[in-house]
Amino acid sequence: MKMNWKQVTFVAAACAVCASVFVSSANAADWGQYEVDDRRSGFTYMTDESRAMQVDSFQNPGMIWVEQGAELWTEVNGKAGKSCASCHEDATAAMKGVAARYPVYDEGAKTLQSVETQINHCLENNMQAEPYKWESTEMLSMTSFINNQSLGMPVDVKIDGPAAEWYEKGKAFYYERRGQLDMACKHCHEDNAGGIIRANTLTQGQVNGFPTYRLKWQKVGSIHRRFRGCNKQVRSAPFGYGSDEYLALELYVKWRGRGLPVETPAVRN
Amino acid sequence: MAKGVKPRVRVPKKAAKGDIIEIKSLISHKMESGRRKGKDGKLIPRSIINKMEVTFNGKPVFTADWHPAISANPYMSFFAKVEESGEFAFKWTDDDGSVYEKTAKITVA
Repeated sequence: MKMNWKQVTFVAAACAVCASVFVSSANAADWGQYEVDDRRSGFTYMTDESRAMQVDSFQNPGMIWVEQGAELWTEVNGKAGKSCASCHEDATAAMKGVAARYPVYDEGAKTLQSVETQINHCLENNMQAEPYKWESTEMLSMTSFINNQSLGMPVDVKIDGPAAEWYEKGKAFYYERRGQLDMACKHCHEDNAGGIIRANTLTQGQVNGFPTYRLKWQKVGSIHRRFRGCNKQVRSAPFGYGSDEYLALELYVKWRGRGLPVETPAVRN
Repeated sequence: MAKGVKPRVRVPKKAAKGDIIEIKSLISHKMESGRRKGKDGKLIPRSIINKMEVTFNGKPVFTADWHPAISANPYMSFFAKVEESGEFAFKWTDDDGSVYEKTAKITVA
């Protein structure tokens, strides 16, 4: 097709309009605390309805687990005859900030502790009780309740000292191709955040809102459940709940969202 | 009675006569549709709340029939005009016949 100058000008003008629309819509969104530098919480990719559901603590169905966790907090469990509150007392004070700084390296246990493993450490050693299963109602309630105490606090995990080794391991995992689809985390969450994968919107894969109420799950789920889902989707054998691989990845991904507010319980598609 | 069912309601404590107020409710329930299969390949039997009724001072103000496509932990909100002080009574009816109830008072000045 031969174009005359008039047409070329028109096309150029149309492109300029497209570009300005694109730029203005990108600038128009002010996500406030949900955006730090180039890091955006999954909150910013949701529909208005899902966001409204999350911020209204009454409407947020994840609060059901938070309430159950509050009940468990004071419930005596195990041979030692203690509850969480026996040692930690008021959770609103004692657990404030936990979600922002976990996972942390534990010098005593010589391992990286996530909130889940820390809860089980307490249950087994201090309360002499049975540990919770990773994805059980009890565990999800307790982690939802504990993490909710840090609501709005900026994520700030330590990656120096003994945690550095875990951070490097997690980073290597993030960039390593795996599964039959031969994809790494970064292919979706770094290169294509904001794009569409079949019917779903890809996000940066931030974990600041976990345990998250996923509408698809119809309940809250842990970070490791989400990791397992991702791994299965690239046709890779998932690692176990609480495995070293996922603990390292949790630390690294949490670090990627540094400065983002804790949103537990977040609501996501 | 299905496990872990707990109704929650939010009604403003005070309102002026003739005000239109928002009433919110959330009930924790698994709302098993009856269409999913378990690990053994068999259908998981349906277990949902099939009716929600709200009355104000004994008079019906809101009724809804719920079907299997309603999500787990259903949230329902609606608006009502209040002319007098009184009590909202919420009632959810389960497939198994159990009834979950909750009430909330409002003072209209």
